[in-house]
This record gives sequence, structure tokens and C-alpha cells, in this order.
Amino acid sequence: MLRFDSAADLTALCEKESKTIADLVIEVESADTDESREAILDLMRSRLQIMAESIAKGRALRKRSHSGLSGGDAAKLAAASGTRAPLLGELAHKTMGDALAVAELNASLGKIVAAPTAGSSGVLPAVMLNLTEHLQQSEDDLVRAAFTASGIGILIAKHATLSGAEGGCQAECGAASAMAAAAAADLMGADAKTILNAAALALKNSLGLTCDPVAGLVEVPCAKRNAFHAVHALVAAEMAMAGIESVIPFDEVVSAMRETGRLMSDRLRESALAGLARTPTAVAIAEELARG
Amino acid sequence: MKKTPSVFDIIGPVMIGPSSSHTAGAVRLGLMARAILGEQPTSATLVLHGSFAQTHKGHGTDRALVGGLLGFDVDDERIANAFDEAKQAGMEVAIQTADLWEYAHPNTARIEMRAGDRALSVTGSSVGGGSIVITQIDDYAVHLTGAAATLIIPHKDEYGVVAHVTSILAAHKINIASMSSLRESRGEDALMVISVDGAVTEDALQEIRDTEDVYRTMLVQPLHH
Repeated sequence: MLRFDSAADLTALCEKESKTIADLVIEVESADTDESREAILDLMRSRLQIMAESIAKGRALRKRSHSGLSGGDAAKLAAASGTRAPLLGELAHKTMGDALAVAELNASLGKIVAAPTAGSSGVLPAVMLNLTEHLQQSEDDLVRAAFTASGIGILIAKHATLSGAEGGCQAECGAASAMAAAAAADLMGADAKTILNAAALALKNSLGLTCDPVAGLVEVPCAKRNAFHAVHALVAAEMAMAGIESVIPFDEVVSAMRETGRLMSDRLRESALAGLARTPTAVAIAEELARG
Repeated sequence: MKKTPSVFDIIGPVMIGPSSSHTAGAVRLGLMARAILGEQPTSATLVLHGSFAQTHKGHGTDRALVGGLLGFDVDDERIANAFDEAKQAGMEVAIQTADLWEYAHPNTARIEMRAGDRALSVTGSSVGGGSIVITQIDDYAVHLTGAAATLIIPHKDEYGVVAHVTSILAAHKINIASMSSLRESRGEDALMVISVDGAVTEDALQEIRDTEDVYRTMLVQPLHH
């Protein structure tokens, strides 16, 4: 039976078997769960549907979160596009706006798909759904891209971590961006090697990212970071599609990420004990919230 | 080597935000407490400890716990309005914060429930990524993660009760995965906690319920993941 334990395995198998990364991911999932390929595809379609709904609900959101720290910024971006042409073009503008929309929905107790985590849940839907529309790709292409992204997430989970408490934000928005870069390259028609280059470039550029949330809440800097890292994924895909390679291969970038996470002080891993969380403004906000 | 995660752990779970540990995990603690009580409480006091105490409003931990007590799963949008839902369902809710004990996990809650004249307290922690562990039922130390179907059986500490219950499971070909038998003092109240492989049939459950000196039998089903 087919198995992959690394990006190197994935590229080799894709070449040998003439299959896509998504095919291999689906085959392994099917073998591990005894579910049919069709059932697995259906479950992914339903996840994508919920992602689309979370974008729509996030776009419509006008109120601030309970803490007042986030909410309404996606609407500001959307409104700004009516007054002047977006600097980075329509695709990047919509992608950052939708990533923000989902992150804001998450902060206000809305329903989201953790991808890979709740705190980074805006990146992947914003990139995949906007790029699918932009390139006029089919639903099948979108589903395939989602499995490609999952393959990247599986490798990071297996060899490093997807938890901010263990690896800092490189494991959340960093991983989400690598997954989204892979999905974007896939939607642009990339082969396995190019897809892994896109993922490696995005993850490499996220190394060292700490998790220092203000008042311990998944809002500042998390919501806006989703917007940044969604566009970041498009940049990685654009570079990879131009033939730019990551000098450090994906598997080694993942190892570097694991090591970086281990060397990061636990004060910078979701504990809100350092960094942004201990700035005077953040401390004042936390005290204000504690007073209720 | 870590186990290969499922695709749907990576793109999933579907949940009410913002935090897998402070929101989704809290829903699961509420669901477990409800299942251990065996019915929806008529009133509940949530005692929040550590990070739960400090950030429960911003993370909706309080609403998530209440949602779980009402039987809502982690992706149920009614969680955002759980306090109103509780009012409509006739469940009184009070929130307290406290230092439960020094070495308690930072994301810990004690859920003190009443249903009619019964009172039961369940303590548990959200240990990351939405995973939970129930550490205490009243004063009994337990370890329940919601991974397997589990029988919670308060009973009188009498000869043969434990043997009787386990023989019923054996007769129904239900394999015990783990079991603990705890008591307050000899001849007084005791608690059996039995996790099993697979499902517990209705017939087996009824036979256990009919056993002499068994006060009640609650079946806690595995949590969805």
C-alpha cells in the first residue's frame, strides 16, 4: 500500500505512479479510515461549503468582538475598494479581506473550519476560494487543492507541530500559509515539485513567528495576521510558478521549524507573557478586560 | 514517530471559535458533565480556574461550557447565545472564578450541577487542541478523555456488586478496556468507572441498572472528533 512520510516521498511517488499529491493523500486517508474515496471527497466538499459560509458571514459582520479588540476591519477593506483601485490588485485585496473576515468571525464565536487551527482559520479559505474564482476553476479543482493543502499540513503535524503553544505562530499562520501556498500552486496547475517549493517558501518565510496574543485572546495580532499570511501564500505560489526554488527543501524547512519552536521561550508560545502581550498598551487592555 | 493525522484533523474540526482549547474543549467538558450527570441539569455553577478564569469572556469559555451542558456540539451556532438558550431550557447558571488547586491545569473548570434533588460535581481540563480530560467526579479522582464509551456507576460498597456488573458485561460480550472502583469508606457509597471497547447495548445497560445496590448507571458516549 502507498505511504508517504516526507515531501521527498510525495514527489517520488507522484512521479513513479503518475499521480497527484491530492490522489496520494486521499488514498492514505481511505486506507486509514476504511472510508471510500467518494465519502472522503464528500466530507471535504462539506468542509469547503462551511468555509464559504464562514467567508460570507465574516464579510457581513459589523460588530466588534466581546473584548472589542477585533471586528469590522474586513468591512473597512471592502468599503475602501469602492473608493480607489486596490494597490495589489483585486485578487490580493479580496484574499486579505476574506482572511480577515473569517478571523473576525472566529473571534466573535462564529462557526469556522480550523485549518489547521481556529486562530489561523482565515488563510486557507480566503486563498483557495478567491483563487478558484479568479482562475475560473471548477469545484473538482478546488477539492483537489484542499487535499493538496492537507498533505502539507499532515507533514508539518507529523514532523513538527500545528499548535501555537508548542511551536508559536509559525505552527499556526505559518503552517496555514504553507498549506495555502501549496493549494494556490495546485490551482495554478503546478506539478508536485513546484507545489512543495511553494509550501517550502511560505513556511521558510514564517520561521520564528511567535504567539504573543494580547490578553491571551485569539484577536491581536491574530486576525490581521491571517490577512497578511493569505497574501503571503499567494506570493510564495507566484514565485514557485516562476520556477523559483526553495534552496532548503520542504522537509528540512519543517525540521527547522520544529527546532525553532523548541528554542522559542514558552513565554512566546501562547502564554501571553512576553512580546506584544506585555507592551504597555496590551497590559492596559488586559487589565481593563479583567475588570470586566 | 507521531501518528499520521487524518485529513479532517488538518482541515477541521468544524467549530465555534475562537479557540480550540478555550471554546471547543470547554463545550466538550460541558457535554461530558451532562453525560456523567445522565440528564440536563436544572442548575449549574461553573467554577473557572487559571486561564479559564482570566479569559473566559473573550474566548466564550463560559458560553461554551453552558452550551455543552445543554447538549450542543462544538459546531453548534447556538453556543454564542448559550445563556439565553439556558434560560429558555430552564437551566439556571452561575459563573464563579477560583484557584482550585496549585497544580491544576490552567484550563480547568469545576461544574457543580443539580438535577431535581441530585447534586453532582464534575471537574475537568481542556488540555489542548480541543482534547479534554475529566479528572474528578464529586470527590472521586478519575481520568476520562471521552475516547471510549464509559459506564459511570454509583453504588453501595457491598460484596459482589463489582463482580455482578462485570459478569453482565462479560455475558453480553462487552470487553472492558479499563476500570476503576473507588469508594468513600467501607460499606458506604462507591463509584465504578468502566470504559469499554465498542458500544454498550440497551439490554446490558438495563441489567446493570437492575442490579441490587447499584444506585444509577450513566453511559457516557465517546465524544465526536
